[in-house]
Amino acid sequence: MHKLGWLRVPLIGTYAFLYIPIAVLVVMSFNASKNPFTWTGFSTQWYSALFNNDLIRQGFVNTMIVAVGATILATILGTLLAIGVARYFRSTVVEAYSLAPAIIPDLVLAIGLLAFFSLIGVTLSLFSVLLAHVVFGMAFVAAVVIARIGQTDSSLEEASRDLGASAFTTFFRITLPSLAPGIIAGALLVFTLSLDEFVVTYFTNGPTTPTLPIVIYSMVRFGVTPEINALAALLLLVSFTIVISAQRITRLTDSV
Amino acid sequence: MHRPITQRSVRRTGAILATVASAALVLSACGGGDSAASDLNPDADLTQQSLTVSNWAGYYPEDMAANFEAAVGTPMTITNHATNEEIMAKLTAGGDSGIDVAFVSGQFAQALNEAGLIETLNPEFIPNLTNLYPEAQNLAYDPGNKFSVPYAWGTTGICYRSDLIEEPTSWNAILEPSAENNGKVTALATERWLMLPAQKALGFSANTTDEAEMEQVKEKLIAAKPGLLAYDDTTFYSRLVSGEANAVVAWDGWCNYGTAENPDIKFVVPSEGSDLWADTMVILKTSKNKEAAHAYINYILDPANHAWVAENILYKVPNKGAMDAVGAGLAATYPNMGLTPAQLLEGESLVDLGEAGPLYTKIATEVTSS
Amino acid sequence: MSTTTPTSGRGAARRRALIGRTVFAGPGLIYITAFMAIPVLLVLVYSFFQRGRFGGIVWEFTFDNYVRAFEPVYIQVFSNSLVIAGTTTLLALLIGYPTAYAIAKLPARWRTVALVMVVLPFWTNFLIRTYAWIILLNSEGPINSSLVDAGIISAPIGLLYTPGAVIVGLVYAYLPLVILPVYASIERLDRQLVEAAGNLGASRARAFFDVTLPLTLPGVMIGAIFVFVPSLGNFVVPELLGGGKTVMVGNLIRDQFLEARDWPFGAVLALFVISLLVILFAMQAAISRRINGTGKRMSSRA
Repeated sequence: MHKLGWLRVPLIGTYAFLYIPIAVLVVMSFNASKNPFTWTGFSTQWYSALFNNDLIRQGFVNTMIVAVGATILATILGTLLAIGVARYFRSTVVEAYSLAPAIIPDLVLAIGLLAFFSLIGVTLSLFSVLLAHVVFGMAFVAAVVIARIGQTDSSLEEASRDLGASAFTTFFRITLPSLAPGIIAGALLVFTLSLDEFVVTYFTNGPTTPTLPIVIYSMVRFGVTPEINALAALLLLVSFTIVISAQRITRLTDSV
Repeated sequence: MHRPITQRSVRRTGAILATVASAALVLSACGGGDSAASDLNPDADLTQQSLTVSNWAGYYPEDMAANFEAAVGTPMTITNHATNEEIMAKLTAGGDSGIDVAFVSGQFAQALNEAGLIETLNPEFIPNLTNLYPEAQNLAYDPGNKFSVPYAWGTTGICYRSDLIEEPTSWNAILEPSAENNGKVTALATERWLMLPAQKALGFSANTTDEAEMEQVKEKLIAAKPGLLAYDDTTFYSRLVSGEANAVVAWDGWCNYGTAENPDIKFVVPSEGSDLWADTMVILKTSKNKEAAHAYINYILDPANHAWVAENILYKVPNKGAMDAVGAGLAATYPNMGLTPAQLLEGESLVDLGEAGPLYTKIATEVTSS
Repeated sequence: MSTTTPTSGRGAARRRALIGRTVFAGPGLIYITAFMAIPVLLVLVYSFFQRGRFGGIVWEFTFDNYVRAFEPVYIQVFSNSLVIAGTTTLLALLIGYPTAYAIAKLPARWRTVALVMVVLPFWTNFLIRTYAWIILLNSEGPINSSLVDAGIISAPIGLLYTPGAVIVGLVYAYLPLVILPVYASIERLDRQLVEAAGNLGASRARAFFDVTLPLTLPGVMIGAIFVFVPSLGNFVVPELLGGGKTVMVGNLIRDQFLEARDWPFGAVLALFVISLLVILFAMQAAISRRINGTGKRMSSRA
């Protein structure tokens, strides 16, 4: 550490900046008072209030439906797309096009989809949210899997074909396993992005099916509620678990 | 990880444009068809219908859906919106929003009717309409309640901490705050009510479409901005409770939420006058449950139910029987619950601005971005 | 199989490529066309038509929406947004670069942990992270009360609902997006170049400013774009931390679509944001090409 010298200052400063606000939320989630500015004693009442909040429960269920659906569809489509682009197109234009939904500003994608759904008469609902999440999710999966394809060696697949294996067998026995770490990482990425997605959901969702970020947005707009602190602490715990397990999984599969 | 994405993204633009050009051919304009008002079936089985209602968050008793289902037999879902503008955007986006009954302010109901999006009501299915105050049956945005039924009504004023400051008598308490209030006042952000204090302080109509008048309103609001803590439509009363603010522009009922937490929080209508607003219930043309929707409006208008609403939301309801039952009791704690219809009618009834809508929107942008 | 002539081999390869393209990339490309390209095209198309009185589109061609975008009030919003997004980017770089540099200097086993720690807050809900600042910056909040308690100020000062609060919120939201690409470019940096500069008698500061900084500029540019673009389009932070007193392009676009029901004008504003993005990426590509070129030349000389 002593080699760092003055660089310790930005390092410590940055982590303080990143974690103090979160720490405040976690601490305040155990505050007995409704007023978020004064500590009056330890309490877990906001956690029980949270679990009894129907809107949050409904939002959580809706969020999971979209996230699971979007992850499955985006992972399948994105993986196939990556193989198609990296193995059969070898065109930077097609590749750029495939990755564009990951780069385009979310607000632009959101208004475009709202205009599009409205034009073709799609009723805004969880289904339209799902369609929207798949488009950017797929691009993220494709990006990760294309990177993985760049690291893998295609000679195994050629050998498999030369030895007379069908294209089908080669795909499932050789190609997919070799890409697995990329596919899993991509799927986890889509899942977490979808869980947290606000802007695109805000524009493409119907009024009767709020997702958790939409519920949080309206709670935050309607003022300071200690339940949000409790929710923040729980979400932090979940993210922590996901990130750590993602690290484990990629390390495990990488070592295979 | 960043390298591949960005290098490619530069070339992406060309690809998008190419696809975009070819896709242009696929597009076609979609024409909206207008449907005639549907006939209602008096023998419809309400238990076979279901209702989706969109109301402001916190603007209805929590057990509303359960009680309605118990009474009428129609399962009901209540969704929330934060502002008129938000629900309007959902209702005018095209297609079926999935909403049967929407709660919007009167002038927005008027616009929805002109846009042909809401149903002409059938009074035979709403016998409780006669429970409304006569004054509430002829409001300017919809005389005769042809397409909307008022749910709550009131006025806009200043909500303040009587233990910290003198009673404000003028809108200028907000627009030109004294030194002690500087940075400790908030104004409403939603367009019509953003304009209201300046319109009234300058002696103009709250429905003015005169460009010269609106120019003065704009100047006044821009000059007022530095003295404001924030523009706030949703949390103003809690700012009074926490002490962040001394005085806020507020709808009467919402000030009562502050009073409930701190009795020193009081409401006053400034001497220059104010508005008379009404929040209404409308039935969407796209609704497939119109009989149940009528039944819901009728259910609300039952004096006992409407009184229950008033007790819960602390806003006045335009229902004589309901207010006779609970008005006096509520007024003891929340004086503005005692305002009579005649007193409310002193306020100017808000109507839709028609073609002047974009003028207000632009001025709102000019004010908030100044 | 082994007796195929070169011509038919090429034919088979071409057929295989065609099948591969259709089977693998086909569904994805169609999906992206339907749910990204056409919607974005639609934004372009809408920008040339008129708004309906009750929202929606009146199919009469017009350039009015573009003309309107140049009215003083919208120029004002644009310049406000550029200033706020620009300040945010600058601050994020000033904080993020030294942090990334420090992380790159950590022992290898600590680097991953340090990077995960940078990303972790990013994985919690964005709205909740913004909300935390409402509490922190409030006039009754911890920052103000500790300043008062410490005797630095006599009464709470207005931190929340200022452009400064918006900038803090945006830096907080996007800081990891600077640290990661800058870290990557420092990581990849050819240490020998820096050492060579030192051997040739350059001071450490000279070596940093003449060699390290220019060579990591592509990463800096990426980080800058990753912060600048979403800051410009963000409407939540200005709303929650700006108290409605700071209007950015993102708010304006959101309002045209979800409140004012003026889709064509909202479309024009969105197109401005896209054009800005394209220009920035083009600049980044040009700079990165030039630097990679000089980098190679320098390393071959060293």
